Amino acid sequence: MDLALIVAIEVLYAIASLALISIGLAIIFGMMRVINLAHGEFLMMGGFACTMLANAGVNLWISMLILAPLIVGAIGIIVERLVIRYLYGRLIETILATWGLSLFFIGLASVTVGYFQMGLTPPFGSIRIGVYSEGVYTLVIIGIAIVVMLTVYLFLRHTRWGLIARGTMQYPNMAAALGVNPNRVYAVTFFAGAALSGLAGAVLVPLAGVVPTSGIAYIAKAFITVISGGATVIAGTAAASVLLGGIDQIVSFTSSPVMGEAALLLVAVILLRFLPQGITGRFFRSAL
Amino acid sequence: MRFQSTFGMALMGGAGAFLIFALPRLVEPFVLVDLTVYATLAMLTMSLAFVWGYCGILSFGQSVFFGIGGYVYAVGVLNIGDSTLPIALAIALAMAFAAMLAYFMFWGRISDVYLAVITLTVSLIFFLVINSTSGGEYKIGIVSLGGYNGIPGLPPLNLPGNPDRAFDFKEMYVLTVAVALASYFLLCWTLTTRFGRVIVAIRENEVRTALLGYDPRRYKLAAYVVGAGFAGLSGALYAATGGLINPDVFDFAFAAQIIVSVIIGGLGTLAGPILAVVGVQWLVAWLGKTKITDANIILGAIFVAFVLFAPAGAIPTLRKLAASWQARRRARRSKSAEGIR
Repeated sequence: MDLALIVAIEVLYAIASLALISIGLAIIFGMMRVINLAHGEFLMMGGFACTMLANAGVNLWISMLILAPLIVGAIGIIVERLVIRYLYGRLIETILATWGLSLFFIGLASVTVGYFQMGLTPPFGSIRIGVYSEGVYTLVIIGIAIVVMLTVYLFLRHTRWGLIARGTMQYPNMAAALGVNPNRVYAVTFFAGAALSGLAGAVLVPLAGVVPTSGIAYIAKAFITVISGGATVIAGTAAASVLLGGIDQIVSFTSSPVMGEAALLLVAVILLRFLPQGITGRFFRSAL
Repeated sequence: MRFQSTFGMALMGGAGAFLIFALPRLVEPFVLVDLTVYATLAMLTMSLAFVWGYCGILSFGQSVFFGIGGYVYAVGVLNIGDSTLPIALAIALAMAFAAMLAYFMFWGRISDVYLAVITLTVSLIFFLVINSTSGGEYKIGIVSLGGYNGIPGLPPLNLPGNPDRAFDFKEMYVLTVAVALASYFLLCWTLTTRFGRVIVAIRENEVRTALLGYDPRRYKLAAYVVGAGFAGLSGALYAATGGLINPDVFDFAFAAQIIVSVIIGGLGTLAGPILAVVGVQWLVAWLGKTKITDANIILGAIFVAFVLFAPAGAIPTLRKLAASWQARRRARRSKSAEGIR
C-alpha cells in the first residue's frame, strides 16, 4: 500500500515535470508556430538565475517564482526582437536559427559559469510513508505544475489579453485591422513562453541541479511531448504529459530510467505514425 | 549546368588524386590522422547534403547514423577481432535503423518540421541513453558500452580475413580518402539516374511527383536509407581512425556542426558542404586548441548569421553577389560607352 502510494507520487511527479518543461515550448509553438530549439537553454538559464540569486541571499521563492522567469523572459524578448521576428512563417529557418542560439547560449554559459554543477537543497525536507520517505518538494512541484497549467488556461480563456493573443494567432491581419499591434502580441507571447520556461528551469533546480548543457537533457522530452500533444496548447501538453510521463515512470520503475526514456521515445514515434497531428489532432479538438 | 557539374567532378577527382598520391609525402604523419578524420566528416556531411539538399528531407539527426556506425564497428571489432564484418554490419544496421525510422515518419505523413524535430530528438535520446550506460551491466558480447567514456582501444581496419595485418595510419588515410571520394562519385552518379531525378522532383514538388505516379514515400525512404548507409560507413571509419567512439557523436553540437556545414556550403550541392565541413572542423579544432573562446559561441553565431543573412549558403550567395556585381559593371561600362559616343 505504501509502495503504491510512492509509485503514484512518482508517476504524478514525472507527469508534472514533463508538463512544466513543455508548457513554455507549447505556447511558443502552438500559438506562434515557432519551433524554439533554444528552449532547453531557457530552462538552463532559469536554473542558473534561480541558483545564483538564491546563493546571493535573495529569498528562494522570490528568485524561483518571480525573478528567474522575469530574467529569462527578458532574454526571450531580446531574442525575439533580434532574430525570431525576421523569420515568422519560415518554420525551417526558425528551427535553424534557434538551434544556433542554443549553441550560443551553451557556449556563453560555459564561458561565464564554467562546467560545474550548481544546485540548491530542496526545501521542506521529507515525509515518511510507511518504510519509505518522499521529499515534500516533489509534492510542491506537482502543485506548481497544476497551478501553472490552470493559470495559463484561465488566462487564455477568460481574460481580454488571452482573447487578443488567440485572435492574433488566428488572423493577424484581422487583429491588426481591429487596432491590435500583432508585433507587440508576438513579442509578449514569446516573453510569456520564455518566462514559463525560466520558471520551469528554476523550479526543477533543487531536484535536478544545473550545468551549461542541462538544456539538452530536457529538450528531447519537451519536444516529444509538444509534438505528441498536437497544436492545442494546454489540452495537448496535458494529455501528452500524462501519457508519456506515465509510461516513462512506470517503465523506469520496472526496469531502469534509461529504458523509461527509450520507451517514452518509442511510444511517441509509434503514436505519431497513427496520429500525425498529435493527440489533439484526433481527440479533444475543440479544447484549448 | 551539365558542364558545371562535369567541371566540378573533374576538379574533385584532381583534388582527390593529389590528396591520395602527393600529400602523404608532403606533410607530417600526425596531420594525416587529422585529415583522415576530416575525410570521414566530409562523408557524413555529403550524406546529409544528399538527403537534405537533393531530396528535401530535413534529417537533422544524420549524425545518429554516424554514431550507430561507430558503435556497431566498435562492438563488432572488439568481439570478432576482424574488421571486415563489423564495417558491413555498421552500414547494414545504420540502414536498417534508418528504414525503420523512415517508415514511421514517411508513412505517418509527418510534416517536414516534425520530421526535423523527431530526427533531432532521436539523436538526443541516443545521447542520453548511451551516456547512461556506464555500468558493467551494459555489455554487448565482451564489450561494455562505457557510458560517457565511450569505447576506447579500437583497432584500425585490417586486410579482410587477416586481423594480424592491420593498416597503419598512412594506409588508413589513403583508404578513407579513397572511400570518401568513391562515395562522392557514387552519389553524383545516383543523382543522374532515374531514381536521382525522381528524388529531386520530390524535393521540388512532392504532390506533383505523386500525381505523376511515383510513390514519394518509397523514394524518400530509399534516399534516406542510402544516406544513412554512407553516414554509417563514415562513422565506422571515424571510430577505426581515432581508436575511440564516445557519445559525443550523438551530441547536439556535433549534429549542429554537420548542419552548419551543409548550410554554409549551400543546399543542392555536394562539393560545397564538403569544403565547408573541412573549414568548420578546422575552426572548431583551432578554437579548442587556442582556447580563445568556447567553440559553441562561434558555431552558434555563424549558424544564426547564415540563417539570417545568407540562407542559401555561402557558395550560392557569393555566386549571386558576383553575378549582380558583374551585371552592374556591365551596365556602368555600357553607360560610359554611351557617354563617349
